[in-house]
Amino acid sequence: MTFLVEHGPAIAIAIPFLAAFTVPLVAKLGGRVRDGCVVLSLALTEFVVLMLAGDVLANGVRTYALGASVPSLTAPAGFPVRIILEVDAMSALISLVAMTIAFLASLFSLKLIPAKEGLGKFFALFLLLSAGMMGMCYTGDFFTLFVFFEIVSISSAGMISFFRSGESFEAAFKYMVISVTAGLFLLFGVGILYGNYGMLNMAAIAGEVAAGHSLLDVAAISLIASALLFKSGSFPVHMWKPDVFQEAPANVVVMILTSSLVGLYVLFRILFTVFGTVSTAVAGWLIVALGAVSIIVGVLMAMPQRNLRRMIGFVAIAEIGYVMLGVGTGLVSMQPVNAFGVNALSGGLFHIVNDALNMSLIFLAACAVAYITERRDLSGVGGLAHRSAPLAVFFLIGLLAISGIPPMNGFASKLMIFESVFFLNPLLSVIGITGSILMLAVFVKVFVALFLGTPYEGKLRKTPKTMLIPMFVLSVLIILLGLFAPFAVDTLITPAAQALLDPQAYIGGVI
Amino acid sequence: MSIIVKTMVCLIAVPVTVFGLYVVSHGHLTPGGGFPGGTVIATLVALMLVAFGKGAGGKLGGRGFLSSLESIGLFLFAFVAFLGMGSTFFGNFLANTGGIFGDPVAFGSNPGNVNTGGVIPFMNLAVGLEVFAALSLIILIMFTHSKEDTP
Repeated sequence: MTFLVEHGPAIAIAIPFLAAFTVPLVAKLGGRVRDGCVVLSLALTEFVVLMLAGDVLANGVRTYALGASVPSLTAPAGFPVRIILEVDAMSALISLVAMTIAFLASLFSLKLIPAKEGLGKFFALFLLLSAGMMGMCYTGDFFTLFVFFEIVSISSAGMISFFRSGESFEAAFKYMVISVTAGLFLLFGVGILYGNYGMLNMAAIAGEVAAGHSLLDVAAISLIASALLFKSGSFPVHMWKPDVFQEAPANVVVMILTSSLVGLYVLFRILFTVFGTVSTAVAGWLIVALGAVSIIVGVLMAMPQRNLRRMIGFVAIAEIGYVMLGVGTGLVSMQPVNAFGVNALSGGLFHIVNDALNMSLIFLAACAVAYITERRDLSGVGGLAHRSAPLAVFFLIGLLAISGIPPMNGFASKLMIFESVFFLNPLLSVIGITGSILMLAVFVKVFVALFLGTPYEGKLRKTPKTMLIPMFVLSVLIILLGLFAPFAVDTLITPAAQALLDPQAYIGGVI
Repeated sequence: MSIIVKTMVCLIAVPVTVFGLYVVSHGHLTPGGGFPGGTVIATLVALMLVAFGKGAGGKLGGRGFLSSLESIGLFLFAFVAFLGMGSTFFGNFLANTGGIFGDPVAFGSNPGNVNTGGVIPFMNLAVGLEVFAALSLIILIMFTHSKEDTP
């Protein structure tokens, strides 16, 4: 156990990588062996991530220097060398969310995809994406961040068009172009930092920036932040999201949704921890404004959509907006720190967790409906609740959670955001609440059309257990997080918010 | 292709392979390493496909074989990294132990000793295998999907 925790940061990244390279070989032995390998490796990673999160919450920051004689030997001569992984409460929280979703999505995908040749390669990409997300969560230096960023981009684009269906090539191309542009922005920003400071370690650069900064730092932070906004799909660069949601396989969409949240986490890590002294109220207001516009655009565009998957894609843009609204408010009121800023920050971070769970649940439920009816276009389907009650319940739970209805988790985090954003500007709360109500309208319309009314006449496939279990787990998590929200905030979210607000702990972990 | 091209490809096949293997195996001493070396060897596949047509692809073992080779290369790389877990992930457990690739590195300017580097030569070999297989696979797929058959 101590071995697992001590080497946890490396193991959590390495297991999905090793599995990704093994699965194409193992796939030759048969479908069952391949599926077992995928699920088992992700379950093992989930276990390691859980252990690591428990340790980090109890004992503080954990660093890991790859290739050193002992894991904690990060700066042998006062100067950081080697690739350094660093886990604090914030990255532990996000990695926990990302790995949970990856594990459940892998379960969901077992029966979703028709047995075809080359499925081993699909799961290899799936595991690479998981490993890339873990890497983005745990990395402690900028160049490794770039590498994992690219791994996430390439494996996502590969999976979007893997089955060559419909317009998936267009979606994959759009995603690839945007991701590569974002990757170049990131590389340019990292290059500026490297030229300026002669090192790439985040914590060390944070220490240097705290001593004093120049205009070059502002250029670098703008480039890096825009790259990560590309990845997270907020307002000005959101156009890839609806296409991807419409065309990609369900499990891939869920993973890409999570990877965009991981991108947001890295953005916050850089804005708060590395450039905490540079990113002033201007940066915070920018994030808040982009978040508010994302909410408006996402919800307004979701309303007229006739394709359910595309509609959920637009809602996902709005949901990212809520996170940015909360965390941006926290950034505006960071100097000096005040109570509503901390509350907004916690709300935003809590909403990252809830967004991942809620959006995954509703999207998986929608795709399960498409699976059992064997139709891509759901326009003529109705009255499914009579025939498939569990799916109706799961969809309803997801709907209520996304729209922020008590007692679901979405209510808890949105209330935290609204009540504290109000102090920054009451108009922002109005935008948030209106967006939330419109989301309810959008989804209730879909729910009535899909599940209520005269019973469905057509042929129905049975819902496989491997699809029901992930949706059940997500529903239970949603309800538990909603009912015990104060407990969850105290144990998980507040340490994460404190980790963002106190860069000294992160810097001290390395130097 | 003409007999001249075919003969030339056969003639340069050995030097190209030897040079590629040299670049891979001296990766820890000279510029190069697994990636450039693997690329050099993969150019041979491109030459053979151009000279002898699509049929040469099957003689190389086909897509399934190359794909497996690629996975094996990647797996070996990650496996060697895991073996270093005694100290840390990617730990160099062979360097300066006196065994294989274990000679201590001489101080000052010297012609270089191949028997140094610990696990780095092994990782170069794994990367070389992976890059060779992956690039050959890409060339093979691009070639078999092209409309014109050159020979």
